[in-house]
Amino acid sequence: MTGRLSLDVAIIGGGTAGCAAALHLARRGLSVALFERRTVGSQASGVNFGGVREQGRDFAELPLSRRSRRIWDELPALIGSDGEFMATGHLKLARDEDQMAVLEAFATGAADYGLAVERITGNRLRADYPWLGPKVIGATLCRSDGQANPRIVAPGFGQAARRAGAQVFEHEAVRHATRDAGGFRIETEAGRQVTAATLINVAGAWGATVAGWFGDAVPIAPRSPSMQVTEPLPYRVKVNVGVVGGDVYARQTPRGNVIFGGGQGWNDMATITSRAGETEVMAAMRRLTGILPWAGGAHVIRTWSGIEGFTPDDLPVLGSSVTTPGLLHAFGFSGHGFQLGPAVGEVLAELVLTGRSETPLAPFSIERFGGVLAASA
Amino acid sequence: MRPETVIIVGAGPAGIRAAMVLAEHGIRPVVLDEAPMSGGQIFRRQPQGFTRSYAKLYGYEARRAEALHTAFDALGPRIDYRPGALVWNVEGRRLQVLRDGVNETLAFDRLLFATGAMDRVIPFPGWTTPGVYTLGGAQVALKHQACAIGRRVVFFGSSPLLPLVALQYAAAGVAVAGVFDTTPRRAKIAALPGVLAGGTTGLKGLSYLARLALKGIRYHHGITPVAAIGDRTVTGFAYLDAGGRQHETACDAVAFGYGIKSEWQLADLAGCRFAFDADTHQWRVETDAEGRSSVEGIYLAGDGARIAGADVAAETGERAARAILADTGGPDQGAALSTIARRLARHAGLRQAIDRAFPFPAHLAREIPDDCILCRCEAVRAGEFRAAIAALGPDEVNRAKAFSRVGMGRCQGRVCGPAAAEILATELGRPVSEAGRLRSQPPVKPIPIAAFQESKGDAA
Repeated sequence: MTGRLSLDVAIIGGGTAGCAAALHLARRGLSVALFERRTVGSQASGVNFGGVREQGRDFAELPLSRRSRRIWDELPALIGSDGEFMATGHLKLARDEDQMAVLEAFATGAADYGLAVERITGNRLRADYPWLGPKVIGATLCRSDGQANPRIVAPGFGQAARRAGAQVFEHEAVRHATRDAGGFRIETEAGRQVTAATLINVAGAWGATVAGWFGDAVPIAPRSPSMQVTEPLPYRVKVNVGVVGGDVYARQTPRGNVIFGGGQGWNDMATITSRAGETEVMAAMRRLTGILPWAGGAHVIRTWSGIEGFTPDDLPVLGSSVTTPGLLHAFGFSGHGFQLGPAVGEVLAELVLTGRSETPLAPFSIERFGGVLAASA
Repeated sequence: MRPETVIIVGAGPAGIRAAMVLAEHGIRPVVLDEAPMSGGQIFRRQPQGFTRSYAKLYGYEARRAEALHTAFDALGPRIDYRPGALVWNVEGRRLQVLRDGVNETLAFDRLLFATGAMDRVIPFPGWTTPGVYTLGGAQVALKHQACAIGRRVVFFGSSPLLPLVALQYAAAGVAVAGVFDTTPRRAKIAALPGVLAGGTTGLKGLSYLARLALKGIRYHHGITPVAAIGDRTVTGFAYLDAGGRQHETACDAVAFGYGIKSEWQLADLAGCRFAFDADTHQWRVETDAEGRSSVEGIYLAGDGARIAGADVAAETGERAARAILADTGGPDQGAALSTIARRLARHAGLRQAIDRAFPFPAHLAREIPDDCILCRCEAVRAGEFRAAIAALGPDEVNRAKAFSRVGMGRCQGRVCGPAAAEILATELGRPVSEAGRLRSQPPVKPIPIAAFQESKGDAA
């Protein structure tokens, strides 16, 4: 597969953010191509827990997550599928007073961003959520949070982008990219030569590699969430459940399966494989019954993982390159990018079309990691 | 040097023979078997307290079954035998083993998978109705539990088990409503010379047909299944005859199947390389001529490596054991391995003839009606699967699974996977070997959360 392409925008990485950016840019009439080394949504966007959650985020992310939450309601009109999104609410649990204080501090601060979070304690906690284990002393509930099916969201954006005229190339990794006076020059593993005026780096755990080609320094650690699912059980847990600290989280699908996770599995970046990891799997089963004792009678039928990119401060990189005009980055979502993906796509499209975004991006600047590679080397 | 730990997974004909050979040479293997008693599926023992004779239980195979059971029991303390053990993960050089509700981590140096096979099915309308069984399941009910699946039973499919199980039911006094083979008569005739050249095993197979005829049971060729009829239980079987005319036969149970498929999920987790085997129309783990997989220290034998029946399984079990002996610095095994190779060569012609006489009817999978349940674990219909393919454009079967839930349930696609791959291949316009293979994910079978709580199991 060789050939030449001359584009307005080239996108490296087929997660939700990249596919959404391709969709918006193609709709505005730009020529866009997206290159994905495997298949659309095959890593962080596709293998995550499926939590569409604002509760518990760093406040710096709330303007972006608020924007994304509005898009989740509009998915059918945007991509022709609801992605199985349901606003089930997210219940975050405290197992001691210190954790309860963390929850209450978030609830208070979130109000400034228009995010409603309710405190639930005492008799009401037991009455509303009788399935909770005795170690739970209190919780906060964000009713607008919810869940969706990560396996179909990014591919849904990918198909919508194709229908809008974007080219989405799967199984085609980018070997290298450079920039000269004529714009970006991109060569794929399939030998395709691409030129583009703008380059968007949404390469997830591989985002730092792409950034490095242009001297942008970002320390990224690849991690692999340890995910499990049980056989179907009677539908009881109708909210997503998490804990302060995040060592276990769970949700139940309407058909009854309990999806849960916690801790990190393992990965091998050389072969791009990842597993939930048997040690973590066994530990997470113990933690699950700590918050949902009734799940102790179930069987786990499957475990899985993928590869996500984590930054040192767990905030993403989102915005322009320090070194290279026309280069945009959006990666390092540190295990909580699923909810943000649709808005990140919109923001990237705004940056390409207008050079600025209505959403504050300063906390996500790549500059916080100390600038250019040459200087740090 | 410390002695190597050799673990055998499976105590059927392949695993038993391998354990015997290793024990003879002073190696004490750990033998893990999911079943409560050794013998595998084919020589499955009857439950405690049942007293049927070997002749009654195993027919032509009685002497071999008894010899196998006796030989295994005689191994006694020379092997570390652990029945009722579910191996649910392989990670690095460790197995996770669940037994009696307790989990244990077992390290190994060499590992032999003798994990056998399971029934291969193609969903058809009504296949989830109570009263519909696989051929293997029907046979186990009779042999193991001394139960028939019904009083008037239809048998259909394309499998060496088809005439055999029908005959076993007839011999047990069950009314056989008919035996319906999806393979055209001409394919059987074409395979006949190979079967005849296959010695006593081939002749035994032919004798099943003759004995069915003697009992007045008709063997239909070239049929197409239409449906198992009935709402709460099966009341009939509808099919098209070779000429395309529809008929219906009253029955209260149906047993069907299309041969068997290798159980290789653990080898998949261990990272072994696979290849598509055109003769048996299924994926199998690649091995060298002596059963070594692509992963150092991991070996395969028996039907889990390649569907070929109990005789071949025992030979390949011995072969893999001798490969292990050679690889662990034992005496040269060249002569013994040559003898096994010669014996296996004699089986090859018959095996090929059987594969041809009972081919996998891929067209039936490709033509599953839209309203027929394809994945029964997740209750996904064939039409929903096709719609997911059309909407999101998966290019291989794991993607199609992610988009549709087909193969995502508790059997992980063991049952519906082959048919799903055929449907996907049809939609893609490609051969099924290019539709890919459902990846295995731990646990290979469901594991109870209760076994992993603080008070129990592994402290790790």
